Amino acid sequence: MTDQTPHLTHSEARSAKPRFGFAQLTGFALLAVLAIGALGGPSLIGQDPAKQSLLSTFESPSRSHLLGTDNLGRDMAARLLSGAQLSLSLALLSVITAGLPGTLLGVIAAWRGGWTDRLIGAFSDAVLALPGLLLVLMLAAISPGSWWALYAGISLTLWVEYFRYTRQRARVVLSEPAVEASRLLGLSPWVLLRRHLIPEIGPGLLTLAAFGAATAVTSVAALGFVSVGLRPPTAEWGVMMTELLPYWREAPFLILQPVLCLIVTVLALHLSVGGARRP
Amino acid sequence: MTSALMKTVFAALAKRALQALIVAVVVGIVSFAMMQALPGDAAYRIAAGRYGYDMMDAAAADAVRLELGLDQPAILQLWIWLKALAQFDLGTSLVYGTPVIDEISTQLGYSLLLAGGAIVASLLIALPVGIAAGLNPNGIVDRVTFGLSVLFRAIPAFALGIVLVLIFAVQLGLFPVAGFHGPENLVLPSLTLGLGLAAVSNRVLRDSVVDAMRADWRLFSRTKGLSARLTLTRHVLRNAALPVVAYIGVQLAYLIEGVVIVETVFAWPGIGHALVHAIFGRDIAMVQGTALTLGLLYVALNLCVDLACRGIDPRGRLA
Repeated sequence: MTDQTPHLTHSEARSAKPRFGFAQLTGFALLAVLAIGALGGPSLIGQDPAKQSLLSTFESPSRSHLLGTDNLGRDMAARLLSGAQLSLSLALLSVITAGLPGTLLGVIAAWRGGWTDRLIGAFSDAVLALPGLLLVLMLAAISPGSWWALYAGISLTLWVEYFRYTRQRARVVLSEPAVEASRLLGLSPWVLLRRHLIPEIGPGLLTLAAFGAATAVTSVAALGFVSVGLRPPTAEWGVMMTELLPYWREAPFLILQPVLCLIVTVLALHLSVGGARRP
Repeated sequence: MTSALMKTVFAALAKRALQALIVAVVVGIVSFAMMQALPGDAAYRIAAGRYGYDMMDAAAADAVRLELGLDQPAILQLWIWLKALAQFDLGTSLVYGTPVIDEISTQLGYSLLLAGGAIVASLLIALPVGIAAGLNPNGIVDRVTFGLSVLFRAIPAFALGIVLVLIFAVQLGLFPVAGFHGPENLVLPSLTLGLGLAAVSNRVLRDSVVDAMRADWRLFSRTKGLSARLTLTRHVLRNAALPVVAYIGVQLAYLIEGVVIVETVFAWPGIGHALVHAIFGRDIAMVQGTALTLGLLYVALNLCVDLACRGIDPRGRLA
């Protein structure tokens, strides 16, 4: 009896209204701003991110160009917004395409056990044998400059985390006496999942999703920066850094803009789940 | 005792050998897919690489096609490709015309130097910070380093590299911007990677120091009359070291990824830089060679961490 008490208080504490700390609220606020920027895109400020104007390069921030112009006279604010649109939509898409099958396969592996478990486990081990970015780099190299290759590569490396986490947690949850009792009552597998498994693994999955999105945004920018990912003239943060790096002497403020955007995005995603370590 | 130690060492070796095999197969298959995805006729391209663009003709291309089995179905070609890889035949660089293995052997040294520098830098930062924070949990040092850790963790390695270059190399002129001319070139790239590694590992160390300071055996060693300093150095730090060393294993993926990107930021003449260049230049033999070396380096470093953990912690040894 005594060993059940902490479990009870634990689940009670979770069913209560969630309380967010200052860091987490900051993360939500930053994410909200980024989401508005990404949803609106360059049309928010009515500027074309690709329109060059060679007569007005390296302009200081002004009423018409809120953050100045780059080496080709393109509006920096519009380019940053367009980059936010690209990075965040890719991050969201790859988190969904990695998270759903990853979680499902994790549940299936824990449920079925045996050969199914071993087969999916072996596949996940094969993906994990190489550092993630190296795999994304090589997959992106199969068709360079393609958005789809980048998306497929990132999703392929991200799903493993969901799979491993879900499989491990589901094995524990499914062997609990409470689940055994529900099963003996004749409840369907769907009810078991909804009532027992999802409340247990939900918060962990959210943390994984936030960190996965941060990894996706970083990977896109890193690959763009080393000229292996998306190509100019795409307004992508990593590509913009490469383009603006040669002009650091004339305009150090310009190169710092995409760098800061990237850092703030990753920071917002980390903070929104409490800045904790991965589960 | 020795046979038990041998057993654990062999178990670790077998696990990592399997991983090395998987790395080779994955890199081989992806490189092969890259080869297939290239536009144009592979036989012509290889013939041009071998004999030079002026010396080759359709007959030479046909000879290459027959010799390498390029007229076979793709699955058979993949088999031939992997068989060559199994014989450590990495081929010739399509751009430089030199054997890939020669290129890699010079670059590997530079990459190892950078990886070593990064680990040393991370330990130089994380050890004092983590121990100071752990000895006084929720103190001012702990809070400040927690905030800094969250911040530095959010900064991607290449962005941090750019910022460090702009501050220390460009504005202050303390260190060279890029390339490799002497040990002073090692400072900024190592610091870039080291800060990223230390941002997480100092928290791991802090947590394990806190746990160790609360443990019963620590109280016992104080009760039996051991001084606070000796308890710390002999018992607490040794116990706290295990999670940190084990965590270096988790961080190796970050390290290898960081090496690839940071080498490019600093024009460091290592394998990561070569890999990025090879992808950019469609030099598939070099892509395969460098990716394989980086993957195997990852496995080898993991093996070192496995063995180090077993060296520190006698509990992990099989009876």
